[in-house]
Amino acid sequence: MSELTALTIAEARAGLRAKKFSACELAVAYNDAVERIKPLNAFITTTPDRALEMAAASDARLAKGEALPLDGIPLAIKDLFCTKGVLTTAGSHILDGFTPPYESTVTEKLWAAGAVLLGKTNMDEFAMGSSTTTSYYGPSENPWRRPGDNRPLVAGGSSGGSAVAVAARAALAGTGTDTGGSIRQPASFCGIVGMKPTYGRCSRWGVVAFASSLDHPGPMTRCVHDAAIMLGTMAGHDPRDSTSAPEPVPDYEKALTGDIRGLKIGIPREYRIDGMAGEIESLWQAGIAWLREAGAEPVEISLPMTKYALPAYYVIAPAEASSNLARYDGVKFGLRIDGDSLDDMYEKTRAAGFGVEVRRRVLIGTYVLSAGYYDAYYLKAQRVRSLIARDFAAAFERCDCILAPTAPSAAFPIGEKADDPVAMYLNDVFTVPADLAGLPAVSVPAGLSDGLPLGLQIIGRAFDEETVLRVGQVLESAASFTHLPSFIAG
Amino acid sequence: MALDKATVARIATLARIRVPEEELEPLAAELSGILDWVEQLMAVDTSDVPPMTSVAEMTLPMRDDVVSDGNDRDAAIGNAPRTARGFYAVPKVVE
Repeated sequence: MSELTALTIAEARAGLRAKKFSACELAVAYNDAVERIKPLNAFITTTPDRALEMAAASDARLAKGEALPLDGIPLAIKDLFCTKGVLTTAGSHILDGFTPPYESTVTEKLWAAGAVLLGKTNMDEFAMGSSTTTSYYGPSENPWRRPGDNRPLVAGGSSGGSAVAVAARAALAGTGTDTGGSIRQPASFCGIVGMKPTYGRCSRWGVVAFASSLDHPGPMTRCVHDAAIMLGTMAGHDPRDSTSAPEPVPDYEKALTGDIRGLKIGIPREYRIDGMAGEIESLWQAGIAWLREAGAEPVEISLPMTKYALPAYYVIAPAEASSNLARYDGVKFGLRIDGDSLDDMYEKTRAAGFGVEVRRRVLIGTYVLSAGYYDAYYLKAQRVRSLIARDFAAAFERCDCILAPTAPSAAFPIGEKADDPVAMYLNDVFTVPADLAGLPAVSVPAGLSDGLPLGLQIIGRAFDEETVLRVGQVLESAASFTHLPSFIAG
Repeated sequence: MALDKATVARIATLARIRVPEEELEPLAAELSGILDWVEQLMAVDTSDVPPMTSVAEMTLPMRDDVVSDGNDRDAAIGNAPRTARGFYAVPKVVE
């Protein structure tokens, strides 16, 4: 295990500035780790040469004492972010060969801050999934194994490739997107930190669209401090995304004071669901005790609409997806299967290009938006969504943030739940509500269940990432999760 | 809500996805299962609740109606599977 790949961003930043090692040395160490992680299928595309070029540019700036905030930091980018001149697939066959002529706003900000691209990571096709098994490029494998059980486990999803790369030390940090839990759930499964900021905090421009009112780009890191560093660069108003929030970006690192005395922590009673594993309940109780010891005050709150969040999500997200994915028609980019007529070409191209989960959701979305069903399904779900947002607004009159489990289980074997879409959807039962309400949330590794990591999440008020991160870091220190996965690449 | 084969065929056509005949029946069962599960939403009283139309309370910003990007044909068609004389090429649409 290389010492360089064991560092956090904060440590690497200090080491680079103190000239203990160069950005090129760091890039070489990570390029090697990316090679060694190949059996886990975390990357769809690797960019070792670009990593070295970017690192050389960082070294030149560091030598002149003109270091940028993320100079020399090697990153894994979810293959949903468009990267100029680098293949971008969204995990789908239908984007075969797509090389964007532009860069997403979030990645543009990261490169402008000096970060280094290691490659593009695997994901569920079009971010639709909770296991990174629906990718056209095959499943990613979790670096963790259950002790005494050799079955490969899912990475979680949809940002599974980034989670695996960060957990197995093949990237210092990564980017993900969270639409129903796709940053936080894989972070929980792989034992890392995953942060979903407020809707509109990070620009969606240049991020392949799944469900536009739910898509949240965010960082995936080894610790909360690193999440604060990454978010500080990724966040900010972008006129190219009309839903991007024109809010100033605070200094998130300064928010990490470690002082949560007097904060009220909401404990939602509806998050105790039937059949939840005993370990998750006891970990949640431990989390409550840790925050109380740190001087915060746990208060019971009620979010009565919680049980309706998932069914509402599975109307709204497919509806938006069916509309967004209409652009894949074999004409402008990607795959094309020839046909006798324009419609024949469309139908053959989309049949060949979309996998079963994407087809399933596009069809559900088409149905709920079709004449006669729009009011019954789509408008109904959007009304329930208003009620879910009201639940949170009422809760935040009584508390400053909310503590809950991230996922209802630890990582499960690849292939399990594959035949039952609804069972797979239930993975997101604790993460979906914050997406529907657009609220910031961070998942922090808090303990082990049968040798596998489990996360707890902190959900906060809109645009109050500072409290979320501050409480998240206190939780992280108290949990002192230092376990490592069985597969370490770096 | 049980979807029948004909309905699945109709929405597949609307979505422009060719579904082989033998897959219609299993797909109908699968989609019906999801819609049955979604039906629990009907138990929620939403009279007087407006549908959510924007996640953050904000008015969409206006911008000046000027060209800010574009006029780069080669970049725009650079990823197209088929082009002809600087245009996207598609099967014949008009006889």
